Amino acid sequence: MFKKFSPSTDIAGHTPVKTSVQRSIRAAVLSQWKIESETLEAIWPKKEGLVLVKCREHVSIYTVHGEPIFLQHFDGPFFPTLRLLHKYPYILPMVKVDRGAIRFLLAGAHMMCPGLTSAGGYLPPAEAALPAGTPVAIHAEGKEHAVGVGITKLGTEEMKKVNKGVAVETTTYLGDDLWVLKAL
Amino acid sequence: MPKKSAQPPPPAETEQPEAPIVEPTPPVDVLYCSVCTFPPEYCEFGSSFTRCKEWLKEDHPDLFDKYYSDEAFQTRIGTLSLEAQTKLEKDTAKKEAKAEAKADAALKKKLSSQVTIRRIERTKRKHVTAIYGLDAFGIDLKKAAKQFASKFATGASVTKNPQGLDEIVVQGDVSDEVLDMIEEGVGVLKGIPADNVEIVEDKKKKGGD
Ligand SMILES: [Zn+2]
Repeated sequence: MFKKFSPSTDIAGHTPVKTSVQRSIRAAVLSQWKIESETLEAIWPKKEGLVLVKCREHVSIYTVHGEPIFLQHFDGPFFPTLRLLHKYPYILPMVKVDRGAIRFLLAGAHMMCPGLTSAGGYLPPAEAALPAGTPVAIHAEGKEHAVGVGITKLGTEEMKKVNKGVAVETTTYLGDDLWVLKAL
Repeated sequence: MPKKSAQPPPPAETEQPEAPIVEPTPPVDVLYCSVCTFPPEYCEFGSSFTRCKEWLKEDHPDLFDKYYSDEAFQTRIGTLSLEAQTKLEKDTAKKEAKAEAKADAALKKKLSSQVTIRRIERTKRKHVTAIYGLDAFGIDLKKAAKQFASKFATGASVTKNPQGLDEIVVQGDVSDEVLDMIEEGVGVLKGIPADNVEIVEDKKKKGGD
């Protein structure tokens, strides 16, 4: 989503978010992520206004004090930025790609099933299976920190069964054009 | 000052409803590479691996050993075949060479860029000074304009010249002073070789305009 992104041409405008909308966003984030409301409050204090940075192709970036914290595509689920995920790594469920897939991910590719189902990868066990459409932290074999944020295209059990094609669409990743923007 | 009336006593602690106070979880403080901005464990996939490693060895020798000692090699490779690892290293080296060539080209371009200070005659007594080309040296034009404005206590702004390119226009004839400032590297005006700066005169044509 941010492989090629330039603030001067890809941003349509900044708008402060209405209080009532902020309330519903806060509720949505609390229900979609595994985060305590106190921690969310520390990231985004209630008295601080959220700013919507509208981008091309229905991408929304939400900022607090200019710092991007959430992303949204159309009215889909909220994603944390990778920098926020690094600070609070437990807020999304994680999947892991094997070492061979890392360089493809860093080139902006979506993640294929075999990269997750191989010995170096990781998918949650059946009892903690994730349905399609779940925002996930993308980790990498042998690495401590997440390398990207994405959304499952298949359920994790289906990934194991089918084992081919796109498993996780990459939303943002280490070194993309959003990564380099610390403030908008 | 009016005297304040006595403050009401603070509410007794015991009257507070008994809700457990949940503290926010503190954020993880992630170290980022000062060369490539990645967490250092990912430097090997960037385009500046050699410089990244030099930085890590210097600033965080413990991490350097953790990632790059001989013993760490096998852990780092994980399930990747040795063949694939060799290919990966080759790719990284290629990427690095490419990035270096690009940086070299950018530097060459920078060193061949020219800054022009034009003394423009508005009337017989009034001049403005237009400074073009500072941005080629990575200088923020707005900041530079501000610096000129406060230094000369005059107006200075970033405007488009007739060619549609940004330049700084300062009120008054300050061309020699601007040249001095660039040579001395004052404030934001750093990194411009004096040889790359020239002063030109823009005389008003007789009976012109
Ligand atoms: Zn690095």
